[in-house]
Amino acid sequence: MFYREAGQFKTSYAADQAVLTIPLDRAFIYALVAFAIIGVPLLASEYLIASILIPVLILSIAALGLNILTGYCGQLSLGTGAFMAAGAYMAYKIATNITWMPIWLVVLGAGLCAAAIGVAFGLPSLRIKGFYLAVATLAAQFFLLWLFVKVPWFVNNSISGVPTAPPRSVLGFDVTGATATNEAKYLFVLAFVIVLAWITRNLTRSRIGRSWMAIRDMDIAAELIGIRPLQAKLSAFAISSFYCGVAGALWAMCYINTVEPTAFDINRSFQVLFMVIIGGLGSVLGSFLGAAFIFLLPILLNGAPGWFGYAVAGDIITHIEFMLFGVLIIFFLIVEPHGLARLWQIAKEKLRLWPFPY
Amino acid sequence: MLTRKLATAALGIAVAAGAIGAAEAQGGQFIPVLSYRTGPYAPNGAPFANGYVDYFQLVNERDGGVNGVKFIVEECETAYKTDRGVECYDRLKNKHGGATVISPWSTGTTYALIEKATVDKIPILSMGYGRTSAADGRIFPYVFNFPSTYWSQATAVIQYIANEMGGTDKLKGQRFAFIYLDHPYGREPIPTFDILAEKFGFTYDKYPVPPATMTEQKSIWLQIRRTNPTYAIMWGWGAMNSTAVKEAANIRFDMSRFIGNWWSAAEPDVLPAGEGAIGYKGATFNGAGTGYKVYETMDGVSGLKGGDTMGTVLYNRGLVNAAYIVEAVRLAQEKYGKGQRVSGEQVRWALENLDLSADDVEKLGLTGLLPPTKVTCLNHEGDSPAILIQQWNGSAWEIKTDWIPAMTEVVRPLIESDAAQYAKENNITPRSCS
Repeated sequence: MFYREAGQFKTSYAADQAVLTIPLDRAFIYALVAFAIIGVPLLASEYLIASILIPVLILSIAALGLNILTGYCGQLSLGTGAFMAAGAYMAYKIATNITWMPIWLVVLGAGLCAAAIGVAFGLPSLRIKGFYLAVATLAAQFFLLWLFVKVPWFVNNSISGVPTAPPRSVLGFDVTGATATNEAKYLFVLAFVIVLAWITRNLTRSRIGRSWMAIRDMDIAAELIGIRPLQAKLSAFAISSFYCGVAGALWAMCYINTVEPTAFDINRSFQVLFMVIIGGLGSVLGSFLGAAFIFLLPILLNGAPGWFGYAVAGDIITHIEFMLFGVLIIFFLIVEPHGLARLWQIAKEKLRLWPFPY
Repeated sequence: MLTRKLATAALGIAVAAGAIGAAEAQGGQFIPVLSYRTGPYAPNGAPFANGYVDYFQLVNERDGGVNGVKFIVEECETAYKTDRGVECYDRLKNKHGGATVISPWSTGTTYALIEKATVDKIPILSMGYGRTSAADGRIFPYVFNFPSTYWSQATAVIQYIANEMGGTDKLKGQRFAFIYLDHPYGREPIPTFDILAEKFGFTYDKYPVPPATMTEQKSIWLQIRRTNPTYAIMWGWGAMNSTAVKEAANIRFDMSRFIGNWWSAAEPDVLPAGEGAIGYKGATFNGAGTGYKVYETMDGVSGLKGGDTMGTVLYNRGLVNAAYIVEAVRLAQEKYGKGQRVSGEQVRWALENLDLSADDVEKLGLTGLLPPTKVTCLNHEGDSPAILIQQWNGSAWEIKTDWIPAMTEVVRPLIESDAAQYAKENNITPRSCS
């Protein structure tokens, strides 16, 4: 009884096709976005913005990308880290060589480069499926990182090999480099998150999204009803890699400030895959919940004893953190195999029925 | 069902309340510690962190701090991951009135923190690691990497090899192997080796070891056996080192021709290889063992974490790292007010004007552990970068040579050109040091 849909009639096609059809949902999302844009920069502490929100939002973009590929199109990929690295290195390369280009365009350009690479590595998906495809994308993971480290062109022949994000600004506010405030970086990242999430939501409801889902559910049947696997699979790879590239560029430019290959190693690919699985395959919301869960849980577990005033040695906390993290993942997979997004859905249904559940 | 929900909500509120109610201690000089006591780098990270925190404990207990100002030390576990390191830095930097100085203990984290720390006015002491070109103090005012950088160390190692072979002219036509962790840290000396190779006419093969598979080096060592290099040089860290030493012993590589840098030559690196490791050499700037005056003053001091790691190469290096900071704080207090807490900015001044002569080091009881160091505005590496070569005899590290100076005439132009490129890309105007 917190909210109900009875009596809400849709009287136009536009209303029926809206992204959020329930007024309360819509109000909630608008309020959340408004709070994220206005409230968070005013209220949140520096630590919360710089070390929690920025990385979680960036990883959410990567999770959205992988969710398009794995959750919607059913193509398992272990190359997320490599596509993020492609975005990071190309963003640095573009930003330092085409200095007049606005930084948001640089990030999009980096995403496009990653998309092109993604398409190239997506080609085998036309012939191979499942775990075999996962291994093929693993090749991307190792090859691309090797390439970026091997060829000094990608880092402008810098001697140190670890280039620093150059300072750039948007509307007069620095968003990258040392002088950028955390709030500016946060809003810059948030803008990408909002736009990309909105695009994802719409993509998945469109013709192209339906063709992905048809391919995911049964590719032969999809082919028989007239969906071309080439277009469907490669577009999923392209868009997914674009998202990962944008995430990688933002990670390097707005979070750790350097373009470092170890930030995009195989562990990053697994991390994003876990986010998608825990959050919920084929769900936009799930990408955000998964990113927050996987990234924040270790930090929360690590900091928890300190908040309660217990001084526990750092290594013991970390070992406990590993154990609890593992236990919680297993717990969630048993209790809710469809991910956190499904839990949220159940919660909403329960709120609708409260206080008379049946 | 309802009670369960209420219980969950209550737990949530309790967690939030706990977070807000956390006690904030005030006063004292705060030292954040980005340690790694877990993960594949823990065998090296733990003794180093022990030495570091123990020295502050020693100064607090033995001397009552610096002129009465005690040190507050708090650790944050990074597992040698850059993003966790950045998170730990952000978590700790404003605690207890603000961080005095940060030692990232990871080249990757150092790179990520340079700009942040400069804006936060917290000096970085990346002692013998990190961004080599940060030695140019005009462009990197907040970053210090004395007593020597990786590039200086690389030249000194080549100098040592030349000395062993009978002069730099003997290097011509020789073939070396360079085994390194494929990480910003391991790749750091490559440009220097390239220049030295050209200058002296030797060649070298690069053998990158990926961090994810650093305990699998069979194929690398088979290649090394085939190419049979005159010397093998290693830039390794963590479990990579012990694996390399074991594999080198397996192919019966002449261990006296295998030289690790100063992060690749400690007890955890050689002990797993047993007898096979005897003869393995490594660079260092501090002695091993407990036969130093400072250890006499450690008897009876409570709360020391050292335990078994006391006297190991890395524990002693942790002591040195902390000792530099303590002396910088002392110097800052002399300028800005004795017995008062000094800020990061004031400690930065002190680090830049640090001048520890052999006599000063003797007074601290650190002779043989801490090399005499003089830092200037222009040169954050210290004015006389040099290394010692030590050799493992099966039970202890023995120092075999006198100080081998780095070829600063090779390194300094490289440092300045890399720093200048950095300044250009980041729109930094170098400050004047005169």
